[in-house]
Amino acid sequence: MKDTATEPLLGRSVERIEDAALVSGRGQFIDDLPVATGTLAVAFVRAPHGHADIKSVDVTAATRAPGVAAVITGQDVTRYIRSMTVGVKANVECWPIAVDRVRYVGEPVAMVVATDRYLAEDAADLVEVDYSPLTAVVDPVRALADDAPVLHQSLGSNLINERRFRYGDPETAFDAAPHRIGIDVTYPRSACTPIETYGVIARYEPGEDAYDITANFQGPFSIHAVVARSLQVPGNRLRLRTPPDSGGSFGVKQGVFPYMILAGVAARIAGAPVKWIEDRLEHLSASVSATNRQTRIEAAVEADGRITALDWDQIEDCGAHLRAPEPATLYRMHGNMTGAYDIANVAIRNRVVLTNKTPTGLNRGFGGPQIYFALERLMDTIARQLGLDRLDVIRRNLVPADAFPYRTATGALLDSGDYAAAMARAVDEGGLAELYARRDTARAEGRRYGIGFACVVEPSVSNMGYITTVLSSEERAKAGPKNGAQATATVAIDPLGSVTVKVASVPQGQGHRTVLAQVVADKFGLPLDAVRVLADVDTMRDAWSIASGNYASRFAPAVAGATEIAATRLRDKLAKVAASQLNISASDVTFDAGRIGAAQNPDNSLSFARVAATAHWSPGTLPDDVGQTLRETVFWTPPELEAPTAQDGINSSLCHGFIFDFCGIEIDPDTAEPRIDRYVTMHDCGRILHPAMVDGQVRGGFAQAVGAAFLEEYAYGEDGSFRSGTLADYLLPTVMEVPEPVILHHETPSPFTPLGAKGVGEGNCMSTPVCIANAVADALAPEGDAPDIVLPVTAAKLAPLIHGEEPEPKEPVPETKAEATSGGRKLTGEGRALVQASREDVWKMLLDPATLDAIIPGSHGVQKVDETRFKADVTLGVGPVRGRYKADIELSDLDPPNAVTLSGQAVGALGTGGGHGRVTLTDTGDGTEIAYRYEAEISGKVASVGGRLLDGAAKVVIGEFFRALARHCGGGAGNGPIARLRELLNRIAKGGRT
Amino acid sequence: MKPAPFDYVAATDLSEALDALHDGGSDARVIAGGQSLVPMLNMRLARPTTLVDITRIPELSRIEAKGDQIVIGAAVRQATLESWPDLADRLPLVRAAIPWVGHTQLRNRGTVCGSVAHADPSAELPLCLLALGGTVTLRRRRKTRTVAARDFFQGMMSTDLTPGEMITSVSIPARKQGTGYAFREVARRHGDFAIVACAAIARPDGSSALTVGGVADTPQTLDLPADTTDRDDRLNEFAWHLQARDDLHATARYRRDLVRRLGRTTLKEALSCRD
Repeated sequence: MKDTATEPLLGRSVERIEDAALVSGRGQFIDDLPVATGTLAVAFVRAPHGHADIKSVDVTAATRAPGVAAVITGQDVTRYIRSMTVGVKANVECWPIAVDRVRYVGEPVAMVVATDRYLAEDAADLVEVDYSPLTAVVDPVRALADDAPVLHQSLGSNLINERRFRYGDPETAFDAAPHRIGIDVTYPRSACTPIETYGVIARYEPGEDAYDITANFQGPFSIHAVVARSLQVPGNRLRLRTPPDSGGSFGVKQGVFPYMILAGVAARIAGAPVKWIEDRLEHLSASVSATNRQTRIEAAVEADGRITALDWDQIEDCGAHLRAPEPATLYRMHGNMTGAYDIANVAIRNRVVLTNKTPTGLNRGFGGPQIYFALERLMDTIARQLGLDRLDVIRRNLVPADAFPYRTATGALLDSGDYAAAMARAVDEGGLAELYARRDTARAEGRRYGIGFACVVEPSVSNMGYITTVLSSEERAKAGPKNGAQATATVAIDPLGSVTVKVASVPQGQGHRTVLAQVVADKFGLPLDAVRVLADVDTMRDAWSIASGNYASRFAPAVAGATEIAATRLRDKLAKVAASQLNISASDVTFDAGRIGAAQNPDNSLSFARVAATAHWSPGTLPDDVGQTLRETVFWTPPELEAPTAQDGINSSLCHGFIFDFCGIEIDPDTAEPRIDRYVTMHDCGRILHPAMVDGQVRGGFAQAVGAAFLEEYAYGEDGSFRSGTLADYLLPTVMEVPEPVILHHETPSPFTPLGAKGVGEGNCMSTPVCIANAVADALAPEGDAPDIVLPVTAAKLAPLIHGEEPEPKEPVPETKAEATSGGRKLTGEGRALVQASREDVWKMLLDPATLDAIIPGSHGVQKVDETRFKADVTLGVGPVRGRYKADIELSDLDPPNAVTLSGQAVGALGTGGGHGRVTLTDTGDGTEIAYRYEAEISGKVASVGGRLLDGAAKVVIGEFFRALARHCGGGAGNGPIARLRELLNRIAKGGRT
Repeated sequence: MKPAPFDYVAATDLSEALDALHDGGSDARVIAGGQSLVPMLNMRLARPTTLVDITRIPELSRIEAKGDQIVIGAAVRQATLESWPDLADRLPLVRAAIPWVGHTQLRNRGTVCGSVAHADPSAELPLCLLALGGTVTLRRRRKTRTVAARDFFQGMMSTDLTPGEMITSVSIPARKQGTGYAFREVARRHGDFAIVACAAIARPDGSSALTVGGVADTPQTLDLPADTTDRDDRLNEFAWHLQARDDLHATARYRRDLVRRLGRTTLKEALSCRD
């Protein structure tokens, strides 16, 4: 029996079925779907503070606003749901909305349900939340300190989980090794940002106490259980559906689930269906990001570079709440903590920490970027410290080709590969010798050029039990084993004999439908377009399980594999049906060119449709052992995915691809801008099902990795303020920033998957950031110790390293503050104003509410609370950016009529600000000089979206006040910063000193 | 991300626009390309109650050469200026700078005068206007005035524009014989806000000027006389006195590095391309 006589579709880059609709605007994304008449819109009120207690939420005005059906607070929500399941044993609650405390900027505080989004946002502006700000902590190491502010009082500290692991005999190996080489690595926060944000449509049917939720959720559908439990309904009363198309996810849309719960509650309270589409600011500040991690990694190393033991100490920052499935980022790689290397002894200490940042979740690469950045920077460091060739160090440690399937120290079963061969081919076909020559030439000309390497094992098809490695073996024994990964596929035949495939893989543009059509069409000897594929999910109608969804690069190995099995089963039955109709043996039946016939006699055949439809039209004629040929549903879980062992060994993934990358990077001598000169990436992802899609996955992962390496960072201020709220602040790579990599392949099929395929989608997110970092290190320091490389590698970070010490100014520069780093810091500034009034008069004005009200631009009233405290209602801003704020101002350190300190807090729809300034008055003979120096912190929306301009804006706003004061005092030339700058510049132009 | 309610006036002649601005006072804003204003409206950072759209006013949509001045109307799109046939000959500095203004899609909508009115400290067109000694023509209902660019830009996103007033055009002096012009910029990505943008003008007598954007609250100019012998020292003083600040994208130190290094390169280029 043969599959097909014509050339198989699988393994060819056939045209994608999906694209005709997608490139002509006919995709069916969540915002395109029709909704029920009367569906209402949801808008969120979100936290402007990184950490604050909620003293009160006043919804009175918002409730009365036009079009508003309901305004729902966190307290309201708790009456309908219970806290979401947390993946570790810890005394902590995890709500999808803030209840009595906010713990990250952007955390939902209230929901407004109204007839449209405009009215909902109008009303959201009217919700008055009274906060009592708390000290925030954003750094995971700092969060572990004894005196750190604690996010969740019930936990007692910010450490929510700690586990130590020991495999082999690491202590002895370290004692015996001649070298102990270690590095500290800081991996920042970034995320793979989908073009389509989250979206949810929800309805509640009170008659059945049932929720019907459509969301552009991507899986895993284990989250269905989390949502149903939180909504306090059985699983069959939560119908979860996904739209046919989804505009990218990369893991991120797993994180939509808290909003599924909230939208369900909103529909229930409002008594009408609701819809919510996340906006970009909401997405950047409050969807999910990857974890940031602080790692200490040490290796026991022989003189030749052989590593005999690794010691990991990882501090994982999961943000404000440990949301399902975290801390999975930390454990997904647990089986392959030794990377591509044969290392028998491993010690691991894992700590999971909560900080005042957005909760983390799935992200392409999931855990890989963090560990490989540490491991491959360490490999580079070992070569440097021992004076060895970097490729030699890699080669000496690789898992040998004859060792597969290879059991790693931590429990993974590496399925297949020939790492040394793949590497050798990459060196040869990727032109490493030429790249070395380019580097030599560049260096001879005094240019800074470096070459970096990275070697990665890319896991795919997650074991649903790996996350239980976070529990102790006693806790696991109590809870019962968790393991496996059910993939499902249904192949069905309709009465006209055409074929439909149904899977629960929820693609976001990957091309699942095309590949499954290839698999099934080949099996039945049909053309590609004869097979129709659906990949979206309806949990009330479709075959699904907790592992369903699109994550962990499971499609090609698991979903396509399950489809292969289902199609094979159906084909075998059809062969029997055909055999009885053709009067031949089933083993002689062949499927080719739309016909089913005798292999030996092409004239003895029937059309596929006729045989296939027999079970519909004349089931009585089917052979007895066939049953039916209408539909075949397969659930497939690989036996290799076992539960963690008592010794904490875990085969965390079914497949393990291999990647070897190298690249050349040059740093511009003037601008310090790094540029990728050449990038070579070698992949072994097992059998390749669709070469163009595989290369597309590699390019996509590479592009996002280039972003992580050079551009992207979720930046937070020390006060917890979020600073990357627009795509002008959170910089994604565009086609201009992403060079075309040289993509190479080496195929060793997986023995564990039906088609021999492995995942390929995430590898470059793991290999590329560290490969780039290693090249940058080589460019900066060809020999000896390299500087610490922290992503993103920006020109601003490289400039001091290549330009050396900065020339000082001859003339001292006023008010320059240079202490800040990217992210958080205080706004500082100073200024002067000359007024034609005496010090005493100015002093009186500064303390008089009526005068202040008259002169403050945009004042709507100043009230005196007591001698030193005022309340003001002001409109502040620069240019068109204006917001109304309620301010509390306090005077202290009064030295009449010479000096006073003003401290204040302002709260408004655009955010909150706080600060203090010292004002001094000096007699100038014909008037008074008012000098001021201030320090301020700003949080909330304006800080999230206007970070680049905040300093200047603060300067303008504060300057405006004093200019107004000067005008009020009868003119007097303002001597603002601009005027003073001009004066200084004129002096420079005239030759420096005056 | 939906704007607060506002009235929208699609003016078809200048007087209609000026009347609407007069009536709206400080709560009225002009909208042309909307490339800065619309995001601010959607994020509710700006809440004007009246928007006056000036893109349908024919007299504002012209580029005219008046003697040695190139006059660009308030509704002229950046892409229109970019494709103006005389741009390379008459405004070589603008021609060098304009590809750095966002991306093609933004320039298709964004206007030259809109960028000037917005006065972003990193914007290329205000930088060019200031470097070339251009002027801004402002109209209100019964009054027209012309302000030098150096007086127009008062601070970050702060200009001499007063309520009820709008820019009707900017005038930029055309290329002068024997003068060299050069523009360079460093941004995180192509099309991003400049970390540092440099415009250099080298005159026939050997004197030169470097105008730098992206560092201080407004673009600032360093004049270098023909007999300058300590250019690098002066660039260093200039770099320090711009009082650069750190932000998400770059440190103050890096901005100073760029003023010194990119500034020098840009000046050299301008000197070498004098015709």
